[in-house]
Amino acid sequence: MNIIVCGSLVPDPLQTLEPITGPTGPALKNEMMLPSWLDPWAGHALYEASNLAAKNPGSKVYLVSLGPKAKLQQVMMTVAQKVPFELIALDGSAGGFTDAAETAAAIAEAISAIPGLDLNNTLIFGGWESASRGAGATMQIVGERLGITDQFEGVDSLEIQADGSLKIMERVEGGKHQISVCTAPPAVLGWATGNLPEPRNNPQVGMANMRGIMPSLQKAKPSPVTTGDIAFASVSLPSQTRTTQVVKDVPPDQIAAELVAWIRG
Amino acid sequence: MNLILLHTEADGTLSKLSLETLAATIALGAPFSVGIVGENTASAADSIATCGAGKFLTITGPEFGQARYATDAAAAEALIRAVGPDLVTTPATSRWNRVLPGVAHRIGGKVDSHVTGLVMADGKPQATRWFYRQRMEAVFSRSTRPWLLALEGGIAAAWTGAAGTANAEAVSLTVPVSRTSVIGFEAPAADQQTIRPDADLLFVTGAGWTKKQSDGLVKTAEAETLILDFLRLSRSSLGSTKSLVDLGGEGVAVLPFLSHMNQVGQTGSTPRHAKGLSTCCHGEEPHTVGWRFIGERRAISLDANCGWSRGKADILYVADAFAVMEKVNVLLGR
Repeated sequence: MNIIVCGSLVPDPLQTLEPITGPTGPALKNEMMLPSWLDPWAGHALYEASNLAAKNPGSKVYLVSLGPKAKLQQVMMTVAQKVPFELIALDGSAGGFTDAAETAAAIAEAISAIPGLDLNNTLIFGGWESASRGAGATMQIVGERLGITDQFEGVDSLEIQADGSLKIMERVEGGKHQISVCTAPPAVLGWATGNLPEPRNNPQVGMANMRGIMPSLQKAKPSPVTTGDIAFASVSLPSQTRTTQVVKDVPPDQIAAELVAWIRG
Repeated sequence: MNLILLHTEADGTLSKLSLETLAATIALGAPFSVGIVGENTASAADSIATCGAGKFLTITGPEFGQARYATDAAAAEALIRAVGPDLVTTPATSRWNRVLPGVAHRIGGKVDSHVTGLVMADGKPQATRWFYRQRMEAVFSRSTRPWLLALEGGIAAAWTGAAGTANAEAVSLTVPVSRTSVIGFEAPAADQQTIRPDADLLFVTGAGWTKKQSDGLVKTAEAETLILDFLRLSRSSLGSTKSLVDLGGEGVAVLPFLSHMNQVGQTGSTPRHAKGLSTCCHGEEPHTVGWRFIGERRAISLDANCGWSRGKADILYVADAFAVMEKVNVLLGR
C-alpha cells in the first residue's frame, strides 16, 4: 500500500506574526526569517501514516510538501528524525494567503507524477486543515483532481479490517465521531489529531531519510502558487487585549459565590 | 441569484446554524433560492417556507440521510447546477465542510470556509475569515463565480418566521456509486459527554490540575472529581489545553475523560460560548486563541501574570482552583 501524506510548513505558533502587503498580496513580515515547523495536523497525518505502514509490511510513505526550498530543508532536518518517508518537494509559497485550489493543483500533479503509482492501492493523507490557511479545502480538491470520491475529514482513527476495508472515525458535531466503512483504497483522509503521540527522534531514521530528502529538494519542481482571484480588502491582527481585573487575597468562599452568581446570571 | 444549501438533521429539522446561514444570506439583499438535502426534506422546506426564497429545491432519499462525500457532493453539485447561482452559502457543518471544496472544483467555482462575516460592499459580497489559526483576520472578495462559502455560527441571529407550504421542487439525481457506508456514531454516554456546544459556559482546564499542589501532593483523583462534578452541576462544556490533553495521550493516567476532542487553542477547536472560565491554565499567548470566541471570560490561576489571564480574561482570581471549585460545586449543588 502507498500512503501519500500532503503537508507543508507553518510558522512556529509561538512567533508573533505581523501581516504586510507584498507585491502579490498579503504576506507575513520577515516570513523567510520566521522559524517554521511541520504543520501540526499534517504531522498527525504523517505519524498515522507511518504507524499504518509499519502494520502493513511492504507499504511505503511519501510526504508531498510544497514550500520554499530553503525552508523545507530546514524543517525536514527535524521531521526526518521522526518516521521513514520519501519526500516529494515542491518549491513554492507555503503562505496562508495562497489559494487552496492552486496548492491542490500542484500537489495533485506531483502525486500523479509518482512513477508507477497504483492509485487503487493508495491512501492520500493530510491535515483536515492547515495552521496557515486554515481552510480545510486543499485535500478535497486534491481528491477530486485524482478522481477519488471516497473522502473523509476530521479523521481520528483508521483501521484496516480483515477484509481490507477501511473503518474510519471522523469528527462531527457535538463531540461525536461518525463511523464509516470504505470497501478499499483509494481514499482521501484529512486527519484531525489522531491518537498517536509525536514519535521520538531516531537518528538512524533521520540518516536514511536524508539520503532521499536532499536529492528531492535539489530537484524540487517550481510551483508558483498565488492568491488566485482573491482580492484582499484588509488583513489585520485582532485586538483582543482586555482590561483584566485582578482579584487577590480573597477567600475561596467569596470567589465561589461571585462565580456562581456569574454562571447563573 | 444566490443559493443557500442546507441539509436536514437526523430528525428532519434544520439546525440553528442552518437558520443562521439563512438569515445571513437573506441580509445580503439579493434574490435567493434554497436547496435542501436529506432523507426527508418536506417538513424542513415547509418550516422556512416564508423566508422569501424564490424557489425551494430538494434532493431527497435515504441515500442522502447519511453524511457521505460521494452522495453529498453529487447532491450539492446538482442543486448548484439547477440554480446557476453567483453565490452559494452553506452552514459550516462537518457535512458541508467535507464536500464543499470538491464541489467548487467540479463546477469551476471557488470556495472559502470558516467564514465569520459576510456583507455587501460596493455591490459585491465580501467575506471575513481568520488565517494562521485565529492570529489574523482578513476581509476579502473573489471574482470567480460561483463563489461557495461555508458560514460559521454567530454571523447572524437564526431566522425566525412562520412555517408554510414551500411547494419544493424535487431535483432528480442518479445516486452515485459510493464505496462508503456510514455504520454509526460513537459518543460518550449522555451523562459522560463533556463537549456541549450549546452550553452557555466553556470550562477550560489546564495542566495545573495535575501538578503538585501547595502541600506538595499531586491530587489527580480530586481534580477529576471536582471537574466532573462541576460539569454535571453547571452543564458546561469542557475544554482543555494542549499540554493537559497530551499528557493523557502519552499514556499518563491524568484525567481519563479528556481527549483531543476537548482541546482548544492553536491545534484544537475554537468553540463559541457566552462565557468561559479557565482554571489552572498556563501558556503563551498564541495558545489562548482557544477562547477567542468566548464572550465573558474569567480565570482562576495562582499565577497573576499567566498568558491565559492577563489581557485575555475580564476577571482573574489569583487563587487555588481546588479550593474555589470545591466551594463552587457546593453552591451549585444547593
